[in-house]
Amino acid sequence: MNLLDVKGLSVEFHGDEGHHQVVRDVSFSVPENKCVALVGESGSGKTVISRAIMGILPAKSRITSGQILFRDNRKTGEKVDIAKLPPAGPAMRAIRGDQIAMIFQEPMVSLSPLHTIGDQISEAAKLHRFVGTKEAQELTKDMLRLVHFPEPERAIRAYPFELSGGLRQRALIAMAMICRPTLLIADEPTTALDVTIQAEILKLIKEVQAELNMTLLMITHDFGVVTNMADEVVVVYNGEIMEKGSVEDLFLTPQHPYLKALLHAVPSLSMEPDERLVPIRPIKPRAHHSDLQPSPVGKAYAFRGTPLIELEGVCKSFTFKNLRGKKRRGMTTALDNVSLTVRRGECLGIVGESGSGKTTAALAMLRAFPLTRGKISYTTEDGPRDIQGFSEKELFQYRKRAQIIFQDPFSSLNPRRTLNEILQEPLVIHRIGDSLSQGARIRELIDLVGLSPRYLRRYPHSFSGGQRQRIGIARALALNPEFLICDEPTSALDVSVQAQILNLLKDLKDELGLTYVFVSHNLAVVDYISDRVAVMCKGKVVEVGPTRQIIDNPIHPYTRALLKAVPEPSLEHKLDFSSLSGTSSSDPTQWPSPYRMRYTTVPYLVEIETDHWVCAPGMESMRDIVGLGGSHI
Amino acid sequence: MLNYILRRLLVMIPTLAAISFLIFFIIELPEGDYISNQISMLRSTGESASIGRLEFLRKEFALDRPFVERYGIWVGFWPGPNGFDGLIQGNWGWSFEYDQPVGEVVGPTLPLTVALNLATILFIYCVAFPIGIYSATHQYSVGDYTFTLIGYLGLATPNFLLALVLMYLANSLFGLTVGGIMEEHYIGEPMSGGKALSIVAHLIVPVIVIGTSGTAAMIRRLRANLLDEIYKQYVTTARSKGMRESKLLVKYPLRVALNPFIADIGNLIPSLVSGSVIVSVVLNLPTVGPVLLGALQSQDQFLAGFILLFVSILTLIGMLVSDVLLGYLDPRIRLGKEGARQ
Amino acid sequence: MSPGERGEDKAEHYVNPKGFDPKDVEILTREQERYYQAPQWKIIWWKFRKHKLAVLSAIILFFFYLCVPFAEIIAPYPVAKRNVDFLFAPPQAIHLFHEGKLVGPFVYGLNPSVDLENLKWVYETDTTKVQKIRFFCKGEPYKFWGLFPASFHVICPAKDGTLFIAGTDRLGRDQYSGLVYGARLSLTIGLVGVSISMVLGVLLGGLAGFFGGWIDSSIQRVIEIMRSLPELPLWMALSAALPITWSPVWIYFGLTVILGLLDWPGLARAVRSKLLSLREEEYAKAAALMGASPSRIIVKHLLPGFTSHLVASATLSVPAMILGETALSFLNLGLRRPAVSWGVLLNEAQNISVVTIYPWLMAPVIPIIIVVLAFNFMGDGLRDAADPYK
Repeated sequence: MNLLDVKGLSVEFHGDEGHHQVVRDVSFSVPENKCVALVGESGSGKTVISRAIMGILPAKSRITSGQILFRDNRKTGEKVDIAKLPPAGPAMRAIRGDQIAMIFQEPMVSLSPLHTIGDQISEAAKLHRFVGTKEAQELTKDMLRLVHFPEPERAIRAYPFELSGGLRQRALIAMAMICRPTLLIADEPTTALDVTIQAEILKLIKEVQAELNMTLLMITHDFGVVTNMADEVVVVYNGEIMEKGSVEDLFLTPQHPYLKALLHAVPSLSMEPDERLVPIRPIKPRAHHSDLQPSPVGKAYAFRGTPLIELEGVCKSFTFKNLRGKKRRGMTTALDNVSLTVRRGECLGIVGESGSGKTTAALAMLRAFPLTRGKISYTTEDGPRDIQGFSEKELFQYRKRAQIIFQDPFSSLNPRRTLNEILQEPLVIHRIGDSLSQGARIRELIDLVGLSPRYLRRYPHSFSGGQRQRIGIARALALNPEFLICDEPTSALDVSVQAQILNLLKDLKDELGLTYVFVSHNLAVVDYISDRVAVMCKGKVVEVGPTRQIIDNPIHPYTRALLKAVPEPSLEHKLDFSSLSGTSSSDPTQWPSPYRMRYTTVPYLVEIETDHWVCAPGMESMRDIVGLGGSHI
Repeated sequence: MLNYILRRLLVMIPTLAAISFLIFFIIELPEGDYISNQISMLRSTGESASIGRLEFLRKEFALDRPFVERYGIWVGFWPGPNGFDGLIQGNWGWSFEYDQPVGEVVGPTLPLTVALNLATILFIYCVAFPIGIYSATHQYSVGDYTFTLIGYLGLATPNFLLALVLMYLANSLFGLTVGGIMEEHYIGEPMSGGKALSIVAHLIVPVIVIGTSGTAAMIRRLRANLLDEIYKQYVTTARSKGMRESKLLVKYPLRVALNPFIADIGNLIPSLVSGSVIVSVVLNLPTVGPVLLGALQSQDQFLAGFILLFVSILTLIGMLVSDVLLGYLDPRIRLGKEGARQ
Repeated sequence: MSPGERGEDKAEHYVNPKGFDPKDVEILTREQERYYQAPQWKIIWWKFRKHKLAVLSAIILFFFYLCVPFAEIIAPYPVAKRNVDFLFAPPQAIHLFHEGKLVGPFVYGLNPSVDLENLKWVYETDTTKVQKIRFFCKGEPYKFWGLFPASFHVICPAKDGTLFIAGTDRLGRDQYSGLVYGARLSLTIGLVGVSISMVLGVLLGGLAGFFGGWIDSSIQRVIEIMRSLPELPLWMALSAALPITWSPVWIYFGLTVILGLLDWPGLARAVRSKLLSLREEEYAKAAALMGASPSRIIVKHLLPGFTSHLVASATLSVPAMILGETALSFLNLGLRRPAVSWGVLLNEAQNISVVTIYPWLMAPVIPIIIVVLAFNFMGDGLRDAADPYK
């Protein structure tokens, strides 16, 4: 039996530029007690479809044709056409929040900042169940318990800003669940969350679905989430359904070229070492070897594998301010005794969740801020030099060697300068060449990242996210650096574009002999691009080693938890929900011995196998007895 | 909460000190002082009989001392000719023009000044709130455009001109005198129902006149705030629970938009006080406004200084009230964001 | 047909027969191409142009500002000229038709008499005296900019006639000419005052925003104190401190300094917060990590980002200055005759009983409202257009 049938749905937006169809003739069904995933890239129209079902389309859009048939199991058992109901009318309001409920993408902005979560959760119960305040409170506590909220009694009176992102999402789920809806729509419920929390939330949704006999419609762009959650899949592109069917059919025998292309573009931990992603829109970088300065390139090959940058016991604390930005409210340790080596010609991935200090570590290598403690040395032709000791002039020269690609392709390009000016900027700053040779260099760079010279007079707002990221790469390469930091360069991009950028970075590294530090929260991406990986948590490096060793043989409990939580876009490697501990794996005081760390414990790395180091302070005392190596890697 | 208020009060002390110094500096800017001007005037007319008395007064009020000392004596942390006797000790100074203590010159005008400003704030909130909500919920409707137009006109018309125009219209169309605080025959009479009514009736025009621009600004701001909030995600969340639109509006976006609305009192008060001063001059209301104007023109420095300080304190108190209200309304301020439990 | 209705367990595998072209999202139209190659100021202009009311306001302001250099030519009478036979003359209506015949713009003559009972001037319109208005004509002699003797006017009364478009005051001075001359001071005082406040605001706000630390907190403190002071009483106190012996020119500059001195906190705050947010933009960080000097980052990356905002907020603070001057002059604390500004003209309207008899003394209210409205609309338009990349 189908709970929901969408038939020939078309939705139109009318903006200032006229009308355009965002959803075109979409038909699919959601069978009872199943989970259907609606998959697509940004702008595909998947969210619009979900809003149409809820009857909460934005004011400037309108259903032009089609039916949304929902079986009203609670009252009549008849099918109601939601598309025909006035969205703000009593009939639709009676369904919305009671029988169909929704979990939104961003828990941060989906809750009112000025109302307690108890108030917000109990609201739907008061509206549909006509219960009193007392009873509603009891129901709310039940729901909070259901979503494993610690201390439901207290949580009822908490305000959203007092909760972490994961707890906010739990509160949102409790809110959607309180009337025990028959259909739950989850719109990217885990996109804004860290991977370990994502796994817990996914597990929670599954549990709740089973317990309350719910039907689930899941909106997502993440194939890893799809394979782990869905029974059936609907693939949307540009407002149209490209392919739909059971999850097995779609993943094992994809038919449509779009789906096939998409599946080839997604990196996964189970890829072969030499397997290459196939972007939907491939680009061909063309490097003009003769024009590029050969010296650093040649050197890079000659000294491949020798240390380029070494971090020794690097500490960095920030003082943070309170809400009004006035008083100092204490210190936070962003980097805690970080020791790392970046070798010439390699790509070192730094992985961690938000707040782990991975970006801070990368920026420290560029001397973006002074260190609290520790030393960072960079190997130049004259041997290793402490970058903290650089004079103004030396630092200026260092900027030519080390460059960065930023995470946000939108804010990293000055919107007021043309592509030409953006690429010229580094050359002007370092007074390289006259305008003629600069022009030639700019055309080289454009070629290098596969953009057309016709774009040179355009401003950044005309480019798509992927194109902007390529501009960012070209700008970083303008000064012929030997060392490049990539700070989550693909996290703001769609999968299809992500593959393009990853391949470009891979190719450039080989062609120009670059050294990368690749910062990411996405293990699969890091696995695809890097030779070695450093895992960071709470400002500490917990495990470093060759990528394959870390992935296949993780030692540290945090690394294990992280790997266990990554949803793989394949049917063979499903998440093992039952093994998720539930306790906070990112709390160093909760780690088992010898990994446990107290507030004052100094991180200590131990070499477990060749080149594979693990932070295990508990082993330090045994060092002299067993004869394990020092903490320098 | 009490803690918060206390903290805010403590912060006010250095602010007040800075303001009082600034004000003393400004009123001392003109060359000479009231008495030396008198002396030179008497000298030029050749009457030197009372010069001796004036010289005595100059000493008595420490006008012959250096600037910083004079400031200290005025405020009361520096001994003057009669020991510590300044604002802190409750001596508000001496008005040369009226030949009376400042307290007695200003005293009768203070209640009306405060009442006028309070009434104006109330007026602004009562008018701006419903209209702002209407304009935001009926965006681009005829009503919205009408209110916007009136709002712009209200913003553009300086309030003393509005007072002038209203007075002219009332006078030429209805033969009414708008100025003054009550009808003339009540002046000097004991308080009675009729007198009180007359005072209230005479307050209406000045309140409207002073409040117009503030109201217009408030309507525009509330409308903009509300329009910002209406499209936010948390409103959609609430809508997806099946709430009625009207209830939804009141419970969520309005509640959130209320905060900047309250916070705006702080921004509003300085301009209200400014407005009340000049409108009182035009409408001949016995507030501190006309007294200030006279004092400034005749260099009656202690009188002017006290009034300036008084209006500044009035604005500071207004800002304090808005901060406290905001603290009460907004849990993020009340609890402090860093007090997170997780 | 959907799979569920057929009662099957497994969903039907549907494949859209249409293919897909991955490149179709990258094609641009000619207009897009033009738009994407337009620099910031062009896009601001395009956006501003769409704001019809703002454009209209700009045009109106342009015409008002024509009075600043050309007051002598635009006004029919020199500003100090007393028409002793026409004290408190009412505005003369401009007609086109006389007894059904088109004559062109003209006014009827005025016959003054004194109403001894009410002690007021009474004027009778004499419909037999048709006084044709002359355009581009020789009229009352004057000194252009106080330097060059001339007698050319855009508009003149008929020979031996009068032309009081907005009436005359108690000394028989033409109000319309007064308004034209008054625009000179009233309109420039706002601009000069805003320039002063802008210099202060950018300097102090920039220092606070760029250096931070104790410089920032002390400037912030000062701003807070300044903003909690009621503006007008302070203006009054400060302008009362201007010596009466000063010449009008000095008083004028004194006033602009006073207006500018108290206005800067708002601008400084705007500059500071904009600078702080722009400094955090990744493109500014990128420039720093490329080795760009702080001055280069400010000039090339930060300034272009907020000049448009600055211009918009400056435009929005001009009206307050114009109103400030008007209020002060009205209260006898600002400009005084022989200087002429709209506030000085309004000074004549201080006595309500005089205004009731001669309401045209309130004439300056009209240009003041128009100019203030126009500045507000134009400022709104500029502000909306200021950030074209939002």
